[in-house]
Amino acid sequence: MLIDIKDVNYIYSPGTPFEKKALDNINLQINEGDFIGLIGHTGSGKSTLVQHLNGLMKPTSGSVVVDGINTNEKGVSLKEVRQKVGLVFQYPEHQLFEETIYKDIAFGPKNLGLSDEEVDKRVRDAMEDVGLDFESLKDRSPFELSGGQKRRVAIAGVIAMKPKVLVLDEPTAGLDPNGRDEILNEIKKLYEKEGITIILVSHSMEDVAKLVNRILVMDKGKLVMDDKTREVFKRASELEKIGLGVPQITTFMRKFKEKGNDVRDDILTVEEAKEELMKYLRRKKDA
Amino acid sequence: MLKDITIGQYFPGDSIIHKLDPRVKILIIALFITSLFFINSFYPYIFILLFISMVVKVASLPVKVILKGLKPLIFIILITFAINIFMTKGEVLFNIGPLTVTKEGLSTAVFMALRLIFLIVGTSLLTLTTSPIALTDGIEKLLSPFKKVGLPAHELAMMMTIALRFIPTLLEETDKIMKAQMARGADFESGNILNRAKNLVPLLVPLFINAFRRADELATAMEARCYRGGDHRTRLNDLKLDRKDIVIFTSMLVFFGLIISTRYM
Repeated sequence: MLIDIKDVNYIYSPGTPFEKKALDNINLQINEGDFIGLIGHTGSGKSTLVQHLNGLMKPTSGSVVVDGINTNEKGVSLKEVRQKVGLVFQYPEHQLFEETIYKDIAFGPKNLGLSDEEVDKRVRDAMEDVGLDFESLKDRSPFELSGGQKRRVAIAGVIAMKPKVLVLDEPTAGLDPNGRDEILNEIKKLYEKEGITIILVSHSMEDVAKLVNRILVMDKGKLVMDDKTREVFKRASELEKIGLGVPQITTFMRKFKEKGNDVRDDILTVEEAKEELMKYLRRKKDA
Repeated sequence: MLKDITIGQYFPGDSIIHKLDPRVKILIIALFITSLFFINSFYPYIFILLFISMVVKVASLPVKVILKGLKPLIFIILITFAINIFMTKGEVLFNIGPLTVTKEGLSTAVFMALRLIFLIVGTSLLTLTTSPIALTDGIEKLLSPFKKVGLPAHELAMMMTIALRFIPTLLEETDKIMKAQMARGADFESGNILNRAKNLVPLLVPLFINAFRRADELATAMEARCYRGGDHRTRLNDLKLDRKDIVIFTSMLVFFGLIISTRYM
């Protein structure tokens, strides 16, 4: 088990009129090789939970153990925790600061105290992982790039630290559909190639359904669902009650089934739907 | 740690002090500050303390919040205290190495430290009980007579509104960037002064870039809504003095007048 979260509560500004319980008794285990989608509304506690995973925030009560290190204990090396759990924040391009793309991506690995050769190798690898050309871009200023490319540089900066768990908070926010698909594809490739554990925070069901194999749903600081992707989307009415939809194609297939057509109703992507409908039509023709 | 900064922070409430006309509050605080500098003995401090505790009680402000506001300034208070205690000549009480502590020094040091503390607490009472918008409205109204001599009262007030409005935003952003860089192994808390200053580069560069970007966007957004400065601008809630404002202001005028007069008694 990579990350073990036990009875975690977190309260913002306790003892003031702004007091807010952001996490309410969260229990959760994250295992190696998981590809998790963390879904919830704005203010449901997603970002707060995610910051607990690498020790940026510490629980008001309860414990978070990352690869054997309890983040709440005194004297633990939080740097080590942050190397194990790489966190890409929302709009990560706002954190770029160096003169060149190379230097910016090298910031993380350098902080880990790695040798120059190792840093160089990691920067190259990370840029390749996110689809940036090393030779033509390494000496350019990150501020000259387009929004989508800036974001890639920022994500590469975290990947270059070789984390065991990569957490991405809304990595596609504010991107056009093309940019969104590209980033999601790169994340998928990263998962398949490097085998690292990935947690994808999102409120877009469509994005998440295509990629992940496990879904966590948060609502008002509580973890309300934690299951395999298909199982979660079977509970469509519950999801709708907390204001989260299921992918459009899933809704379509459910409706289609309700009309008395014999098809599966746990479809997640358009591709799957196509196959299922073809099968259905063939069955109908044969009958 | 950034959350400790309470200067300019508003603590919402529904008390009579919250509802007082901002102009009255600003003038009362001005009186408060003036009288602090007139006080030259310890006993009028009792009345100052009484005034502060009354405001705190009526506005039901938690004492913790007020003490927290003192925290970032504790250094200045300590330096003032140290300078006064060691630099004043007079009847020697005791020595610490080459430094001598005199009776007069001790009393001036305590006196000055108290003055500073009251100054900070008093002024923070204003911002804690007045929303930034009300505050700048009050300042604009108070400054408007000086428009005749070319003082851009509206522009000054607008600048203040924007500045106050962006304090929490910038703090939040600083916090966010700090965390993002910490997630990449940056260290803001250890090392000597030189290293610490160097370590701030990854924080300050993005912060400045974002602040400029934000300023640009805000200017465009204001222009898109036809903002053209203060001339002929009307407002939704015009400030009006009512009886309670006048009564409170008069009684405060008398109160602080008496405190000031203690100097000449």
